[in-house]
Amino acid sequence: MEIFQHILNALQFGSFYALIALGYTLVYGVLRLINFAHGDIFMVGAYIAYFVAVSLLGLGGASLGLHLDPTLALAVTVPVTMILTSLVGVTLERTMYRPLRRKGANRLYVVITALMAGLILENGNLALLGASRKSFPDLVDKVVWNFGSVSMTNLKVIVIVASVAVFLLLQFIVTRTKIGMAMRGISYDKFAIPLMGIPLDSIIVVTFILGSGMAGLAGILFAMSYPILEPYMGALIGWKAFIAAVVGGIGDIRGAIVGGFLLGFIELGVVAVFPSTLRDLFAFSVLLIILWLRPTGIYGVAQTTKI
Amino acid sequence: MQKHFITIGLFVLLALITVLAQAGVLSPYHVSVLMFMGVNIILASSLNLVNGYMGEFSCGHGGFMCVGAYVSAVCSVLMFSKNQILGAPLLPPSLALLGFPLSLLAGSAAAAVAGLVVAVPSFKTRGDYLAIITLAANYIVISAINNMEIIGGPRGFMGMNATEVAMKGLADIPWVLMWVMAGTVFTVWLLRRFVSSTLGKGVPAICQDEIAAEIMSVDTNRMKLIAFMLSSGLAGLAGGLYAQILGYVNPQSFDIMRSTEVMVMVYLGGMGSLSGATLSAILFTVLMEALRFLGVWKWVVIPLLLILLMQFRPEGIMGNKELSDLFPKLRKYYSFK
Amino acid sequence: MPLLEINGLTRRFGGLIAVNDFNIELGEHELVALIGPNGAGKTTVFNLISGFYQPSEGSIRFKGRDTRGLRPNRVTSLGVARTFQGIRLWGEMHVLDNIRIAQHYRLGYSLLDSFLRTKNYVTREKAIDAIAWELLEAMDLKDCAFELPRNLPYGVQRRVEIARAMSVKPSLLLLDEPAAGLNSSDVEGLIKLVRWIYDSYPVTIWMIEHQMKVVMSLCSRIKVIDFGATIADGAPEEIQKNPTVIKAYLGDDTI
Repeated sequence: MEIFQHILNALQFGSFYALIALGYTLVYGVLRLINFAHGDIFMVGAYIAYFVAVSLLGLGGASLGLHLDPTLALAVTVPVTMILTSLVGVTLERTMYRPLRRKGANRLYVVITALMAGLILENGNLALLGASRKSFPDLVDKVVWNFGSVSMTNLKVIVIVASVAVFLLLQFIVTRTKIGMAMRGISYDKFAIPLMGIPLDSIIVVTFILGSGMAGLAGILFAMSYPILEPYMGALIGWKAFIAAVVGGIGDIRGAIVGGFLLGFIELGVVAVFPSTLRDLFAFSVLLIILWLRPTGIYGVAQTTKI
Repeated sequence: MQKHFITIGLFVLLALITVLAQAGVLSPYHVSVLMFMGVNIILASSLNLVNGYMGEFSCGHGGFMCVGAYVSAVCSVLMFSKNQILGAPLLPPSLALLGFPLSLLAGSAAAAVAGLVVAVPSFKTRGDYLAIITLAANYIVISAINNMEIIGGPRGFMGMNATEVAMKGLADIPWVLMWVMAGTVFTVWLLRRFVSSTLGKGVPAICQDEIAAEIMSVDTNRMKLIAFMLSSGLAGLAGGLYAQILGYVNPQSFDIMRSTEVMVMVYLGGMGSLSGATLSAILFTVLMEALRFLGVWKWVVIPLLLILLMQFRPEGIMGNKELSDLFPKLRKYYSFK
Repeated sequence: MPLLEINGLTRRFGGLIAVNDFNIELGEHELVALIGPNGAGKTTVFNLISGFYQPSEGSIRFKGRDTRGLRPNRVTSLGVARTFQGIRLWGEMHVLDNIRIAQHYRLGYSLLDSFLRTKNYVTREKAIDAIAWELLEAMDLKDCAFELPRNLPYGVQRRVEIARAMSVKPSLLLLDEPAAGLNSSDVEGLIKLVRWIYDSYPVTIWMIEHQMKVVMSLCSRIKVIDFGATIADGAPEEIQKNPTVIKAYLGDDTI
């Protein structure tokens, strides 16, 4: 029975990786850009959720003067967080990536810009809000269900369900809608798309909205599950989610989900057997081995060159 | 005689710095800034070989620096220092002048071998995938050391200053400064010789068109092996020197922030330019000190500067040109090959 | 022993057969053409010889040696050099370096030699330089030795690419559509150049070409391929009259 407990925990943690990995993979799939700032957008999402929740609940010197009941606060916080986080992502795109795209700049320059943007978000947070950690308020009354020796909290279920729902939604958008088709088209041939009358910039904005929105969702779910926030929280998770996305096959949404959950399982598996300090070491090593065996990732398609 | 003007000038400058340091005209703070400058030059120019000349995207240079730092530090301590876990010193202090460079060599060699971890996958993959492998390798190194209690784990490792004390016992001159300068000059000299030879030119050929290179008889696997191992070995040298300067190392000082710093230097200086990497390392070190007053805002301003750089002059200070391309008259004073 | 012997060469890409039971024998010092409609598999044959692709079936023997499984740089070191359909020069390096680097397989010095600038290094680098300058001189490229390829006219770039291939000192020179994109005076220059190379060096030249003027004025033997398989092989006059060849290029009257 214990194994179900482990599986559940792995699914929950994997959900965070999956949600963040989805953002990486969407942007990469469309722009061939590793948005290194994405992990920090997740962090920004968590902080936005914090400030929204705190002001809605009327805690600690919040100026809105509201004292909403927690469930209502949650219902408002989630969409607001996702929208505001999307805004952050889109702003990043408009101010930093688009000008470089216009100039036809080398992809590397955009990647470096992304890396630097991430640093600015992290250290800007540190500079503006200080090093003290923030404690996320409780928005959901914890309900624990017990099946034999397996205990399940409602929060864990919410997280897992959310990530699966997001995956299904994105999969639907990408494969069944016109916008999704345009997104896939851009990944094949960026130059042909505007020639076909499809507004390139709008599609890219939509991609960032989706990706950053998901990161925002991950942020608020993470903050609810692990209520301590600090400025560098996005860094390590971001890198790991990125690796998960690549192992799954970057550019493919299924890959992000599979990669994210796979990483969750690997980490939990390692911790179950070895001392927890070895967790990162083993997780990265296993991922490296998978990449070595299958360099394009699980769902990845090898790019061929013709001469 | 005129051909060696710059070389002689360089040695005069370095000798002057040493004398000023010895006489106390340069404060210990100035001396440490100069030493960190040297370390940064080694780091930037060695990463430039892989990220600039070969056009790869290695994000884990800090990991190789870490390997070099720890291996060198442990050897140093084994040889000259008393340590709770490692025991009494193995060698007498009089051998410090032989032991220290050997410890540096050991660190570099270990780092070069670690470079294999990145070199071998690079035979088959490129670009983004290699970036991840280097990232993961960086994390793995740090994670591994965090788990090694015998060398202090996350709390760090110290005792290397016993080596400096031993060297000072032989002659009271700024030994560490001199070793750093020697290491810096050696690195730039080595890299210059490599990239100016036809052998070394195989590296940018791979960058610009790997398929053509392979079909025009360049052994791309061998070149990648050389480039990665040379790069990581020199990073290890930088690490060993860094460890000696501080007298203390901990894994956190070699994490992704360190790797990012080195990348900033390389892209600031211009990919594929050795003089660019050197200049930007000097500039960057100075900038880091000058902006110290900003406190934590330093790491908001520096990334911002680089973003602006990417927008308006992405090729960096020197692009892919060397000083000898911009100032051809310099050729008279130095035998640039 | 034939210089190049290909037997039953077949290459499949998934369900597509790009090269189908291709056979050819080339001797020393021949000037041969490989022609066929677009998509016939001509470049694929060259890529198979270069080692860029591995055969699905069949064998390739160069100077009696089986080249399957060898990496491209190894194949080149045996004496096979080529040019590409789209010019693939190294854009950020000047012409002289482009030509020097093609000698990589016979540098003759080690990494350590390059660090220490030993006598061996200096001698070998001088030799590499000498060979490069000799080629530049012979192909009238001396003036652009320090130019970047992108600053040169297309016709000159093509010549540089051929010079680079000759720097390998090949016994077999593969030219992939050397006249593509050239204007008529450059084509004249190309014909002269290829003839000069053939007359001055003990090299077999095998070229893929669409421009019949070039093929007819240079080649003593033409091999025609379509859908990956040989449809004709012989002297220019025979090929011109061969009905299968005509049908492959122009189609037939039946709808």
